[in-house]
Amino acid sequence: MAKQMTGAEMVVEALKDQGVEVLFGYPGGAVLPIYDVLFHQEKVRHILVRHEQGAAHAAEGYARSSGKPGVLLVTSGPGATNTITGLTDALMDSIPLVCITGQVPTHLIGSDAFQECDTVGITRHCTKHNYLVKNIADLPRILHEAFYVASSGRPGPVVIDIPKDVQFASGTYTGPRNVHHKTYQPKLDADTDAIRRAVKMMAAAKRPIFYTGGGVINSGPAASTLLRELVSLTGFPITSTLMGLGAYPGSGPSWLGMLGMHGTFEANNAMHDCDLMIAVGSRFDDRITGRLDAFSPGSKKIHIDIDRSSINKNVKVDLPIVGDCGHVLESMVRIWRAEAMHAEKQPLDAWWKKIDEWRDRKSLAFRNSDKVIKPQYAVQRLYALTKDRDPYITTEVGQHQMWAAQHYHFDEPNRWMTSGGLGTMGYGLPAAIGAQLAHPKSLVVDIAGEASILMNIQEMSTAIQYRLPVKVFILNNEYMGMVRQWQELLHGGRYSHSYSEALPDFVKLAEAFGAKGIRCSDPADLDRAIQEMIDYDGPVIFDCLVEKGENCFPMIPSGKAHNDMLLADLSDDAGIELGSIIDEKGKMLV
Amino acid sequence: MNAPLSPPSPYSSPTSRSNVETHTLAVLVDNEPGVLARVVGLFSGRGYNIESLTVAEVAHGEHLSRITVVTSGTPETIEQIQHQLERLVPVHKVTDLTVSARSLERELAMVKVRGKGEERNAALQLAEAFRARVVDATTESFIFELTGKPNKIDEFVDLMRPIGLVEVSRTGVAAISRGPDPI
Repeated sequence: MAKQMTGAEMVVEALKDQGVEVLFGYPGGAVLPIYDVLFHQEKVRHILVRHEQGAAHAAEGYARSSGKPGVLLVTSGPGATNTITGLTDALMDSIPLVCITGQVPTHLIGSDAFQECDTVGITRHCTKHNYLVKNIADLPRILHEAFYVASSGRPGPVVIDIPKDVQFASGTYTGPRNVHHKTYQPKLDADTDAIRRAVKMMAAAKRPIFYTGGGVINSGPAASTLLRELVSLTGFPITSTLMGLGAYPGSGPSWLGMLGMHGTFEANNAMHDCDLMIAVGSRFDDRITGRLDAFSPGSKKIHIDIDRSSINKNVKVDLPIVGDCGHVLESMVRIWRAEAMHAEKQPLDAWWKKIDEWRDRKSLAFRNSDKVIKPQYAVQRLYALTKDRDPYITTEVGQHQMWAAQHYHFDEPNRWMTSGGLGTMGYGLPAAIGAQLAHPKSLVVDIAGEASILMNIQEMSTAIQYRLPVKVFILNNEYMGMVRQWQELLHGGRYSHSYSEALPDFVKLAEAFGAKGIRCSDPADLDRAIQEMIDYDGPVIFDCLVEKGENCFPMIPSGKAHNDMLLADLSDDAGIELGSIIDEKGKMLV
Repeated sequence: MNAPLSPPSPYSSPTSRSNVETHTLAVLVDNEPGVLARVVGLFSGRGYNIESLTVAEVAHGEHLSRITVVTSGTPETIEQIQHQLERLVPVHKVTDLTVSARSLERELAMVKVRGKGEERNAALQLAEAFRARVVDATTESFIFELTGKPNKIDEFVDLMRPIGLVEVSRTGVAAISRGPDPI
């Protein structure tokens, strides 16, 4: 196994040994030796992106849709700094990435050399861990350790910064072994006593709810299966965060829809009124909790998380369970079965009755139109026409993202890729490219906004080059819609710089890239146009012209509690007088 | 310097200022490049306080360094700090020495005092009372070396001020738990 080779060869050898099939990258001076090695092999497929940020998001889309770590290779200086947004995005959403950056030769480090930057210094705050490899003898160990750190425990991005002289140096390569890290030893199995106590609390609960998050997806498909089993065994209602959609099927009987700022009326009210909350792989983000001192005031809270620091960070919980969701759910199901536990039937029936009353409010309803396409309607039709194809959906960030989360339903995990924590506009197209590479035969759609898509539109060239038939479905309202909505709510309708002026002709833009462009503005023509997009064998930009002033409801206004939601007013054209609803304190929030 | 960045937010639970405690944490880390920056960066990045910080390698063979950090915050914040530190990849162990209560804290200071005539005698007498040693002397100055708890050093420095305090160099707090067991 031990072989003599150069540092550059070690990098590629390690990628092969780690089973890496796809590498997203952009060449430059400080990584040329590695690119030279890539030239002589075919095992690792290199995908040339058009901007390093695109490489990071593509690797995220690949990782999120496949469960494997995403890998990218970029040069020093600007190559490295361009990945920062993607690395931060991966850190916030716990996506395993290994990012290899070139660096100026060791003797030039600190001299402000051409394309030099302090990569490990800059990325220290936006990675789970990072390495500067100054000695060839350390390189093989670090390469394998990076994959281990990125994908074990709570996953995250890892940077390996390799100076050019280390890439040229020769050394002894060793393959991956069972890594036993000196200090980093994530705990997968949780305390059995705590799990037993949790199961007891569940059996005694009168108004329980599962609140699940991205951790269930990260734990692997088995965790989702176990979650479904536990939900069906207990008969408890379940809601999920944006990141957790698909772990429990969107068509399942216990599903309440997404919770949080743009979650459903039933999910948020059930969270507020529950007496037992079982948080699984979710982290009580401010988009979920709303006003903290009014967050689910009457409930006992169980929190299952692999990251000890997530517990009691935002919300104090009664029973923390530190461990991998999959492991804990497996124990819960086993104990529940073994001890023939059953939920409190009568109170649970009453709880469901209450939930059904909230459901009847139909909080996702909107007033449709036969003259102009409503954005919600566009997502509903996209869902209806694509759902049987087991599609992979990515989004950018904004109103369209929330409408996608509300009106597109996911029955399986790993089908939904979106930037949750960081909220990165420009995420969707490169992420779709990554997902398409992981699933070449599948339908991959980026639900986009006209503003977001322009942030990484250059990646259309990548899609064309590698014949990746990604579909970009733009809900074009000529506004940065969420910004416009907040300006309407908080700033007296003064739409300061949120109008998307001087937009390109997206059909011509698609054609300029060599893709297909489709435009639709007529609700009656929408189905035909979407079908045309699906049937086209190649990348498509679909310019869906939608209602410009539509607001995204329901909504928990800033600084309000779960039971203080704004709902769309379907009877009145003027809509809701929003300006008066949010108080001064709320206006301070993001 | 560290004024609150934002007005009280409805997203965060109200925390009473009287609830703020000072804790001493011992952090065992792998002595690798950048490890101190990781620890310090965590404090600045998440808005935690550092009142004192010392670091040195304590086991050369194992490349093990010990960081002693004195921080302040509500009990919830201190718990967060501890778990955030544990999350860093090169961190072996984090121990809150204030919780165990059976720990010793010491700091070393070197204090330069300028003075002539009576002032010199006054300085020497006080130094003796504090068991400070003279490590350098000229006809118009002394440098005292003093070891003790941080408040003892504060007191000594305050007493030297009217006599002719020039400057102070302090190591920051080193701490260790009492009894036969390691942390």
